[in-house]
Amino acid sequence: MTQFLSYAIPGLPYGCVFALMAVGLVLTYQTSGVFNLAYGAQAYASALIFYVCVNAGWPSWAGFLAAVVVVAPLLGLAMDRFLYRFIRSAPVLVKLVSALGMLIAIPSALQLIFGNQARLAPPSLWLAPGSVYFHVAGDAINGTELSTVIVTLAVVLLASLMSHFTQVGLRMRAMAESPRLVQLAGINSERVGVAIWVLSSFLAGLAGVLLAPLFAELQALNFTDLLVAAIAAAALGSLTSLPLAFWGGIGLGVVQELLGGYLPSGSVLSSGLRPALPFAVLIVLLLALPGLRQRWFHDDPLAGCDPPPPPMAATIGGHGLEELLRGGGWLVLAAFFVSCLTWVPSNWTFTLTQGIAYSIIFLSIVLLTGMSGQISLCQAAFAGIGAFTCAQLATHLGLSVFAGIVAGGAVAAAVGAVVAMPALRLGGLALALATLAFGLLADNVGFQFSWSGNGESGVNVPRPQLGSLNFTSGKAFFVLAFVLLIVCSAVVLAIRQGTTGRELAAMRGSELAAASIGTNLAKLKVTVFAMAAALAGVGGALFGSLQGTVSPNDFNSLLSLVFMVVVVTTGVYTVQGAIQAGMAYVILYQVLDYLPSQWRNLFPILFGLGAITYALHPEGVVEWQKRRVVEIVVSRRKHAETVG
Amino acid sequence: MALLEATGITKRYGGIVALDNVSVSIEEGEAVGLVGPNGAGKTTLFDCLNGVRRFDAGEICFAGRRIDGLPVFERARLGMGRTFQRLELFAGMSPREHLMVAERVHRADGRLWKDLIWRGRANTRVPRVEELLVELGLDAVADDPIESLSQGHGRLVELGRALVQDPLLLLLDEPSSGLDTLETVGFSEVLVKVRVRRRTAMLLVEHDLDFVRRVVERTYVLDFGRMIASGRVDEVMAEPGVRRAYLGEVTS
Repeated sequence: MTQFLSYAIPGLPYGCVFALMAVGLVLTYQTSGVFNLAYGAQAYASALIFYVCVNAGWPSWAGFLAAVVVVAPLLGLAMDRFLYRFIRSAPVLVKLVSALGMLIAIPSALQLIFGNQARLAPPSLWLAPGSVYFHVAGDAINGTELSTVIVTLAVVLLASLMSHFTQVGLRMRAMAESPRLVQLAGINSERVGVAIWVLSSFLAGLAGVLLAPLFAELQALNFTDLLVAAIAAAALGSLTSLPLAFWGGIGLGVVQELLGGYLPSGSVLSSGLRPALPFAVLIVLLLALPGLRQRWFHDDPLAGCDPPPPPMAATIGGHGLEELLRGGGWLVLAAFFVSCLTWVPSNWTFTLTQGIAYSIIFLSIVLLTGMSGQISLCQAAFAGIGAFTCAQLATHLGLSVFAGIVAGGAVAAAVGAVVAMPALRLGGLALALATLAFGLLADNVGFQFSWSGNGESGVNVPRPQLGSLNFTSGKAFFVLAFVLLIVCSAVVLAIRQGTTGRELAAMRGSELAAASIGTNLAKLKVTVFAMAAALAGVGGALFGSLQGTVSPNDFNSLLSLVFMVVVVTTGVYTVQGAIQAGMAYVILYQVLDYLPSQWRNLFPILFGLGAITYALHPEGVVEWQKRRVVEIVVSRRKHAETVG
Repeated sequence: MALLEATGITKRYGGIVALDNVSVSIEEGEAVGLVGPNGAGKTTLFDCLNGVRRFDAGEICFAGRRIDGLPVFERARLGMGRTFQRLELFAGMSPREHLMVAERVHRADGRLWKDLIWRGRANTRVPRVEELLVELGLDAVADDPIESLSQGHGRLVELGRALVQDPLLLLLDEPSSGLDTLETVGFSEVLVKVRVRRRTAMLLVEHDLDFVRRVVERTYVLDFGRMIASGRVDEVMAEPGVRRAYLGEVTS
């Protein structure tokens, strides 16, 4: 019993932080219908500002006021007023992508402002972190742990008193039950909504400040993990119940530490499984709780289906213009190919070859999200599976890299099919969360073994060789990558134009109707997931062979989110969109490389904000601009005709 | 043996019995109505027949096979077509594409490897689809985006999507809801034409009794999950039990 307690008690502070976040998440999800994935970024923002204030010599109460009482609610409120408010009834993908954009943009924006140096030993909110206050069951309780538990209990007590004994508390509880009924009862639900966003953002800020000192360094990635733990806790309450979410958070923190205590120390199990517990719990909950699954029927006739993209620019101006644009596209492609082989400097050829590898990975998002309406937030994990398969086969079995690339695609496809099978019953938000958790699981556990990603040190991948043909030179490898991209694009185009593409579009439009005309949805979903995973795997393997060495860091779970955001910004419906995304991704990165290191943060900010345009222009920025130009040309022509 | 033979279908939601021992039988080529007040369980029965919902007791035979364990898509492949009370259309596709995808699925021509070899073949015009578009009067709007069509056209697209698969039985869920009087008459005329030309068996859920009278030979009446009558429309509507269900207790 003493041993149990001594393992369980250190979990309480983590549990408290999870619980605060889970409660805040459920609050806003219930009342505004937006699942605020940027919540982790909000927590990070407050933690960072608190750190900066305290290091500037402010007393910690002043830092707390600035970071948690002022900045956190303002940030949350700004997001609600300027973004989430407008997309409440938008399709799931739009909401998710907008929130993802914020999740990616906010930490980078902060690092751009405050610098991105390492921030060691984050300060504790209240009690001195070093000093031990008392012992419970042999555990030394230090100031950080004690203050976390006390502050959480105080805040929860205050919040529940407020919600039960004040007018605004009553209205908030009613909002959490049913926002529509509150409006019908003649209450200004917008104003109550503002109060809820303020409270929820305050909780995020508080959780962030409390969590920071539990780690040695203040890093944005820790807060993404925190977010997933909070989502898992919220899922314990079916994303609806506040008390269940709270106790779920506490329980998760405690069980996590218990696992760490009882599992053999030093093994991959204890180092990997302990932090991965929330993700595993999340996956199991999503699959087990019927309330979280997508339903056949929606209350909202438009729920679950995206608005159709506007007509392609090429089709507006008649047949001639369509041909012209298509011809122009081929011309650009040819010019690109010839340029890379002739005058482009070799470091840029390398960069553009990287762009091709990313383009192939991004094709998987076009196939899965653009064409089939399925949301996957783990495409980087599939790319990693492809890369590590190829690397391991090439270095340890001496297999040709060509065979390795194919094998990488095949293994990724197999894993994709296995992931898809339980995901069949999920849809929309639940599918996105499950794939996010899978990506984190792959990143934190799967890629850490010596036979897979080999942890920090990574694996070497040789360049391919085919008989006397040698692809070690940059230009030769570029040609190989280019051909591979053409092949992969042709496959996606063929699927799109064929019957399968039509069936995928039908499934995207209405799963119920697609089933009623005899479409085997289960088979179709598994097929498309496997195909997409294969594409990502091939792209990843190519990327690995280009780099020469790959580590899990090249395919970390955060990258999956960045990929999604990048592709929907440039265009998720077309093959060109994927290629443009791949190129934009590497070119922008390379350009920012010429600037001081802090400016590299512009990259996620640009794409994060770009993701917001998806709500208005689902066809992507490039296509949108192209259409604008074509529309101007067409209207000029018409004008000239009528005048003449 | 009848085309569709559903016996003793019972469906409970917690303590509510939505369907209580309901039996339905439809012969080949026969058009049958299913009427009843709101909340009688008509759509629930449809969902059970079609496979969208599981039921608690009873069995369904269709075209000589037990089908109660089969998923929706397999029932569809056996020849059970369906339209929906609230339109279920494929966003972003034109009426022609709606019919083409249904026709392809019906011919089981959707193998992935075929797409990879025969590139672009899915775009060629199919005579059956073109004929059906004309027959339903959809040829003028065949290439318009589905979002721009009226409710009436949407109903016709759903009908066409089901018909292009040559169904043995067509389940029609309140086709007149959301249509104006003229559209309703037009739709019933289309259904009568379809019956004359194809002899497709139909089960028609409908509130509009004139509509039912025009299309079907006999009808079932469902009330509070129980089948209370069956027979020719006018005879059935004259029965006291049915009058009570529709109009309330008659006191003289």
